[in-house]
Amino acid sequence: MNAELVTELEAPLQQTTTSTRARIVSALGPTAALGGVIWAIVQPYRVTLLHPTGQGFWWLFVEPPLLAIAVGLFFYFVITPGLLRDLAEDHATAE
Amino acid sequence: MQPPSEHVHWLFATGFLLLALCLLAEAVVGTDVWRRRAWRAYLWPGLAFALGVLMWPVMTFYTNSAIHMIAHGAWAQVLMGGAAMELGLVSGKLRSGWWRLGMPAGFLVSGAAFLVHEQNSWLFQRSAFTHHLLGWTLVVASIFPLVRVFRPRSQIAATGFALTFVVVAVTLYCDRDVAQIFGHISPLAGAPHR
Repeated sequence: MNAELVTELEAPLQQTTTSTRARIVSALGPTAALGGVIWAIVQPYRVTLLHPTGQGFWWLFVEPPLLAIAVGLFFYFVITPGLLRDLAEDHATAE
Repeated sequence: MQPPSEHVHWLFATGFLLLALCLLAEAVVGTDVWRRRAWRAYLWPGLAFALGVLMWPVMTFYTNSAIHMIAHGAWAQVLMGGAAMELGLVSGKLRSGWWRLGMPAGFLVSGAAFLVHEQNSWLFQRSAFTHHLLGWTLVVASIFPLVRVFRPRSQIAATGFALTFVVVAVTLYCDRDVAQIFGHISPLAGAPHR
């Protein structure tokens, strides 16, 4: 068996696996944020910033749909970029 | 100035949602890639430990019965204990894989505490339902961290462990102080609000 042929067959398969993983990781944050957006549309009264008059501190501070969006954005902008770089480096090292 | 208890549930839901995203990402990329950066390796055990610490003020300020105080205190201890063991394993100060037993023990104790401290039936009102659901979710899902003890590289165990926290977060977000559940609410529960 020619090792070069085997390498040629395995390389695209490994690349596909890595890109699938990268896509899933990239989608985690936006999915959580999208969940928050849909929730805000379905239950707008949960977003008290839209009608702040007469609301107490906690109702203005804790708005669950916005918290879910914030978590999604935090994960996407703070954790995902480094993780994708490390995933690519790991893939390159394995090659 | 004390927040309503439903707000506390939502804040914890936010912490658990972030924890779930970290665990899901680790399950997808693998532990080796996830731990390539030191700060990331400590992220989810550190977050779990912080959530355990934050359970103490909940125990202190939301004690409306002895059983509530014991349940919240037990959560604080097992969450801190399980997370501390994971932190020890990440740092290399703990070497035996048996330390991972802290997490399934935490799940079981937390689940039992949920079930014991909720004295109303499932359909009494929304928060009773969510407490029963959370209790059984944690008891049943303790199988995932238990499998991680024996098979630390199991993809199914890692994914199940992460998804458990997604379920916990969503259920906590659904919690309301007084609200209907599937059209049911006991007249003893009080007037429902938004």
